[in-house]
Amino acid sequence: MAALIPGILQILLVFAALALCYRPLGDYMARVFTTTSHWRVERAIYRLGGINPDAEQGWRSYLRSLLWFSLVSILLLYLIVRTQSVLPFAGGHTGLTPDQAWNTAVSFVTNTNWQSYSGEAALGVSAQAVGLAVQNFLSAAVGIAVAVALFRGLARTETSQLGNFWVDLVRGSVRILLPLSTVFAVVLLAGGVVQNLADPVTVHTLGGAVQHIPGGTVASQEAIKNLGTNGGGYFNANAAHPFENPSAWTNLLQVFLMLLIPVALTRTFGVMIGSKKHGYAILSAMGILYIASLAGVIASELVNASGALHAAGSALEGKELRFGVIGSDFFAVSTTMTSTGATDAAHSSFTPLGGGLLVLNMVLGEISPGGVGSGMYGMLMIAILSVFIAGLMVGRTPEYLGKKIGPSQMKLASLAILVMPATVLIGTAVAFSLPSVRASLSTSGPHGLTELLYAFVSAANNNGSAFAGLSANTPVLNVMLGLAMLLGRFLPIILVLALASTFAEQRRVPDTAGTLPTHRPLFIGVMAGVALLVSALTFLPALALGPIAEALG
Amino acid sequence: MTTPTTETTSDPLGSTVSTSTTTSAKPSAAATARTSGGAFSPRQMVSSIPAALRKLDPRIMIKTPVMFLVEVGAAFTTVMAIISPSLFAWGIAIWLWLTVIFANLAEAVAEGRGRAQADSLRAARTTTTAARLDAGGHIEIVPATALRRDDRVRVRAGEVIPGDGDVIEGAATVDESAVTGESAPVIRESGGDRCAVTGGTRVLSDTIIVQITSEPGETFLDRMIALVEGATRQKTPNEIALNILLAVLTIIFLLVILNLQPLAIFSGARQSLIVLTALLVCLIPTTIGALLSAIGIAGMDRLVQRGVLARSGRAVEAAGDVSTLLLDKTGTITEGDRKATGLLPVTGVSADDLARAARLSSLADETPEGRSVVTYAEEQFPAQSAIAAPADAEFVPFQAKTRMSAIVLPTGEKIVKGATNEVLAWVEAHDGTVPADARTIADEVSAGGGTALVVATHAPEMPARVLGVIRLSDIVKAGMPERFARLRAMGIRTVMITGDNRLTAQAIAAEAGVDDFLAEATPEDKLALIRREQEGGHLVAMTGDGTNDAPALAQADVGVAMNTGTSAAKEAGNMVDLDSDPTKLIEIVEIGKQLLITRGALTTFSIANDVAKYFAVIPAMFVAAFPGLAALNIMGLHSPESAILSAVIFNALVIIVLIPLALRGVRYRPQAAAKLLGHNLLVFGVGGLIIPFLGIKVIDLILTLIPGLN
Repeated sequence: MAALIPGILQILLVFAALALCYRPLGDYMARVFTTTSHWRVERAIYRLGGINPDAEQGWRSYLRSLLWFSLVSILLLYLIVRTQSVLPFAGGHTGLTPDQAWNTAVSFVTNTNWQSYSGEAALGVSAQAVGLAVQNFLSAAVGIAVAVALFRGLARTETSQLGNFWVDLVRGSVRILLPLSTVFAVVLLAGGVVQNLADPVTVHTLGGAVQHIPGGTVASQEAIKNLGTNGGGYFNANAAHPFENPSAWTNLLQVFLMLLIPVALTRTFGVMIGSKKHGYAILSAMGILYIASLAGVIASELVNASGALHAAGSALEGKELRFGVIGSDFFAVSTTMTSTGATDAAHSSFTPLGGGLLVLNMVLGEISPGGVGSGMYGMLMIAILSVFIAGLMVGRTPEYLGKKIGPSQMKLASLAILVMPATVLIGTAVAFSLPSVRASLSTSGPHGLTELLYAFVSAANNNGSAFAGLSANTPVLNVMLGLAMLLGRFLPIILVLALASTFAEQRRVPDTAGTLPTHRPLFIGVMAGVALLVSALTFLPALALGPIAEALG
Repeated sequence: MTTPTTETTSDPLGSTVSTSTTTSAKPSAAATARTSGGAFSPRQMVSSIPAALRKLDPRIMIKTPVMFLVEVGAAFTTVMAIISPSLFAWGIAIWLWLTVIFANLAEAVAEGRGRAQADSLRAARTTTTAARLDAGGHIEIVPATALRRDDRVRVRAGEVIPGDGDVIEGAATVDESAVTGESAPVIRESGGDRCAVTGGTRVLSDTIIVQITSEPGETFLDRMIALVEGATRQKTPNEIALNILLAVLTIIFLLVILNLQPLAIFSGARQSLIVLTALLVCLIPTTIGALLSAIGIAGMDRLVQRGVLARSGRAVEAAGDVSTLLLDKTGTITEGDRKATGLLPVTGVSADDLARAARLSSLADETPEGRSVVTYAEEQFPAQSAIAAPADAEFVPFQAKTRMSAIVLPTGEKIVKGATNEVLAWVEAHDGTVPADARTIADEVSAGGGTALVVATHAPEMPARVLGVIRLSDIVKAGMPERFARLRAMGIRTVMITGDNRLTAQAIAAEAGVDDFLAEATPEDKLALIRREQEGGHLVAMTGDGTNDAPALAQADVGVAMNTGTSAAKEAGNMVDLDSDPTKLIEIVEIGKQLLITRGALTTFSIANDVAKYFAVIPAMFVAAFPGLAALNIMGLHSPESAILSAVIFNALVIIVLIPLALRGVRYRPQAAAKLLGHNLLVFGVGGLIIPFLGIKVIDLILTLIPGLN
């Protein structure tokens, strides 16, 4: 328990840093997506792509651009990882098999970064830097673009225009992600993260064995990995690897980076819709869920009665000693709450309830604060659902930010919420029925059940973290999980953009005393409650057979 | 539909009709009498059972997908119970059937409440024939159902008017109690705003020619019957949205159950299909799914009980959203007639002189205002009442053109009274000089919210002179400021519409406590105001009765036409108030809100219930495989079977328990939205979490008494 105080202080330090950045970054992002002026480099890109940056798009056109862009990205990435042996700096790596290449390509384009391959063992520098790192930027920028389009839909009245996808994509990359990750890559370098194009270092150990320790473009990828809530590690061990995450303070910095943009986007939202208090309200709902989960996981990891852990003093199995229990918990909660999916500890080794909470974090739908952009629009779907039920209870047909929630809005929002549970439930049901998949589990019983459940939850939520234990590189799992990632990413995007359009076309209903206030503590509580209730009701039976059964024996 | 009889009138019909829609001058009393089903009683439930069973037809059930799924589950478990019978299997099967029947019962009871009223209305419709006039003016007797738009019919005293229409010739007194519940006969005459007659009402005196304005089957009476029966009920936008949410929840829970079996098999705890079906039914939102349509029907019924007919449920919903209320000043905010409240002489004229002239000029004036002047003068100056009216005085009634009335006494003296400008001009035209304070006094009266009537006299051979000003005041109805304060708390802005000038309007607006006013309003101004409000995103409600109100009524989101109004107004509005009480708008808004609150509250309750059901069913399902899960059995339920059965029984019984609430509606008190939400969340959200824990426990305790379940 002695670790508790410094651990909490570390957490508070990160929160303070986030609070400091909240307004400047949020305001800056709002400016980025509302200004009419273009940077010179952006103009060059638009000219190259034959894009008129001053023309706006309706939702269909916006969506078409987004889907085409993502499709081309998947194909390109597929080609790169399939043919990496002919690329420079391949380091002797051969191309991935078709099913693993499909899985990897979808994974990085959907901002999931599920890795069915082992980072340093399967991919060379060129594939990592040209293929994966580029998608780390672009997939994050796509997520932000969708969120911004929804903000515009809520902010605008009587128009069908939601902005220009290409402009949002370029600005998100050029003005937000690139500068921030450049700065933080340097900071990480200073912290000891490696960055080189050299061959693996060969080391003769004291025991006489020979080790080949690979380096690579790690720092540059590490910054955007967290900043863009991607999570795909350069090395298989991900952030547990000392080259990716050398010390306790780089660990905190990485947590800060994961949370930075999703948190600041609530400010951007507030600024763009012209009601900053609504930004705070969304952030508060996210915060309640986040802090409750963090407290739960820390409690579960520190206070446990089972024999071996009790003797050891705390649940340190599977955790890095340089981060400690709380540092690992902080990272684990943040990575599962933000759809990052990077790991600095084996989630499989968490106590059953702690591991269960990590699953619960993801089944909340990655909304607190969620992935870059996707967390924001995910939470807004919950806000719409909450306003629908709570709004009726004040005797008005429901409205959010002056926009009516009628049949078409309800259809789109509730379908967007349906996608993830449906994907996970159908996916796991099919997977458990397949003997070949059951053979991929490291163990039977509740823990094995959690392994597979975690995989589908992680994929459908575009989180990408792994529970460990599951041998995921089988053709069946590669294809199924790839499909889950694809559906989990793009179906909600389609629905969210359509929804944004129905909002943009509406007039704004002015606030009166009879309007449900959607920024007060009561409604913030309703949002958090609805998010929890919906996911708990959906996943309680599965959780009962997995982590809960394991915990209660 | 029905074959008309040849009887022109039938006595029983009149009495049948008026028993169900009895008569009273007061709207509130009329509303009570109109309550077709009265307060909710268990007897209604029993009498609705056959209708509930008829609704088990899958072709009808499919319209409510949630309950259809329960019916499928019930049929499935029945088959399972037949294949491998056990007390548990049969228990589940029976209670699933009961769940469906209870849901149907809710709807049947709601529909039944309107049916009695519909039956009596239908009696009025079926027993009419019509005396149709052909082009040559000859009369032929045809069934009322054969009448088309633009047919002309003759209706004599004692006959029932065969269809909706406008009087084009003659005038008659009409008993409209069949439709309005109002016993006092009304006058209907050709031309003007009182020409509309409703089919099914009875002419008491005189003969009129009526031009039919509706096609068969679409008359006011037809619509009213369809409405109270809920036959033509279409789902409202909010109902559709809610149904979508319920469908999505149902799909999620269906997937949960489909997912559960593979997981259970992996965990070595394969579940029986009966248990899985039971869990599914417990989880899907059956409570709100069962009560949703009853809530809608009951909402319309509540309106009908208050004498309001809504064209569609959509209008009722819109009423809940109204944020701007346009109210006509006269008759709504103020008493219909203005009264004299002051006699203000100009300098140099005695009060008695003014009182005499004012009284004399009004003695022959039969308008309420004229009478009030006489009353006021006699009350304030008792000496005046002794003076008899000169027998051969000549009275010149008020004319819109001259804007004054006058009386010429036998002495030749002429006393005029009327609008300030006109009377002052008249005085000057007759060699008089206008005293300096005449206009000041008149302006002060206007500024105070009154209407100034200037009194002047012109004796032969003398210059005309101004005597003073009669102050006519609007009397604001009692309790108005409180009602507007209540509306304000609900977030509704009230705008008073009046033809008065700005100053007068302002004063009355201040006295009544409305938020805004539109003075010197023409029908066009009214329409423009509605458009302006709507462009700002507001939903506007208004009442109207005249033909010139029709465009505004049509434009408003909630347009309530007075039943005394013209056909054009009634066609344009989306509601008709049978009591013709313009303040009814406030009640309509409250009913709209109540409807929405009831939906939201029961949805919240329904979803919150699931938590307890999980705690009952999940440990029961898996405690054999994972004994540790017994810790989740926090209710301490007796056995897995009794736990699951208890959850299913609770799920069914809660429907029955909530039927009265669904029909009555959740109580609505005007208050700020945040407070309202807090209160309802506490009752239906937190209550919805806790109550099933208690309910399931109690049912489980009772079940343990049944041998064979243990």
